[in-house]
Amino acid sequence: MNSRSLQTTIVFLVVGGILVLAFGGAFGSASRGLTAALVDIQSWITSRFVGFQDFVTAPRDIVTLRQRNAELEAQVSQLQAQLIELQQRVNETEILAALVDFSRSNPESTYKAASVIGRDPSPFLHYIIINRGSNDDIRRGMPVVTNQGLVGRVDAVIADAARVQLITDPASSVNVYLQNADTTAVLYGSVTGDVSLDLISQNATVEAGDLILTSGLGGGYPADLIIGQVVTVRSLEFELFQQATVQPAVDFSRLEIVLVITNFRPVDITPLEPVTTPIP
Amino acid sequence: MRNLIAFPLLILGVILQSSVVSQVRLLSGYADLLLVLLAAWSLQERVDSAWHWGAVTCLLLGFVSNLPLAVIIMGYFGVLFLARVLQRRVWQAPLLAMFSVVFFGTLFFHALSFIVLRFLGASFAFGEVMGLITLPSLLLNMLLSIPIYSSMRELSHWVYPLEDQV
Repeated sequence: MNSRSLQTTIVFLVVGGILVLAFGGAFGSASRGLTAALVDIQSWITSRFVGFQDFVTAPRDIVTLRQRNAELEAQVSQLQAQLIELQQRVNETEILAALVDFSRSNPESTYKAASVIGRDPSPFLHYIIINRGSNDDIRRGMPVVTNQGLVGRVDAVIADAARVQLITDPASSVNVYLQNADTTAVLYGSVTGDVSLDLISQNATVEAGDLILTSGLGGGYPADLIIGQVVTVRSLEFELFQQATVQPAVDFSRLEIVLVITNFRPVDITPLEPVTTPIP
Repeated sequence: MRNLIAFPLLILGVILQSSVVSQVRLLSGYADLLLVLLAAWSLQERVDSAWHWGAVTCLLLGFVSNLPLAVIIMGYFGVLFLARVLQRRVWQAPLLAMFSVVFFGTLFFHALSFIVLRFLGASFAFGEVMGLITLPSLLLNMLLSIPIYSSMRELSHWVYPLEDQV
């Protein structure tokens, strides 16, 4: 080893020793200042490097993120479709459960459940089409209900489908019984889908909220099926009868599944009705 | 033979009318898809089977609807007649003809339904029917007119191709 290298070695050892001592805190406040400055510098360099690294690697990450995003979006769509399907099933199950409860609580009748598959193409008429027909022993005149109340009655039947006239149809009339007022009346449909009561005796005391049931008179419907409640009453002294507007128990805009009462046969009382002969 | 497309198309039309269009209500009215479809078809230049399409429509609707068959037949054939008359006279402005046929056809069909059902004993008030059923239905039919007319024009080109296209 020549003298020059020996000098260099000695200088390095001295400076290194000083640094070790300084880092070890041997020089008091001077040591702390030195280490603090070094840490600041390192922090600055590190932060700049991380920024640079982010800048360099970002494009690759965006591609990955886009792919991941597309995957997740596809997954979300799939899950949403599943959710809608499950919600539909839950709704159907709820409706069916309610209908089962209803049929259990009314064991005197036998029921056949049917789905509503269409409505009359004419806006003048209020009919629905159900997916049960003569193959399922559905016959003309059978009453149709839901767990909420009376819907209407079967008007026409083919092998696998039937058309049901709703009680809201303008040509529909149902003999009803007002439970609280203990009187009978006739329920009429209308072109707008509203239902109203007519032919209520002037002697009867009808009030808003009175329950309306089928009376069974006329043989068209079985007795005691719920129809709705009285909303308002119109009573004029010079008129023969009172009238009332009705809130139906059934939501006719949301009919999905109905029950057909299959053990009820309507009675045709036309031959028993008095024939009016002109007075000569 | 391509004219046989009428059967699946009109069956689909009746199904859509019964299950979808009749649920899309404006007040108490809804569009008459089949009326608009028939009007659009019969206004096409090369079409010579409009009456056949009308007969199929009446047959199908007779099964589904409780409207008296006479009303359905008179209503739709009236619309077809109007469309054929206008097609010969207003051939330079087909959309104008389409709107006219749909407008007057809807009014005619509703007037016919109103009169016959009233005659059969249903209780209708004219103002109620006009305000709650006819005018909303008219508006919806007019809205359907343009897309259905375009579709029927394409269909007529397929059913009745020009000689040089054959």
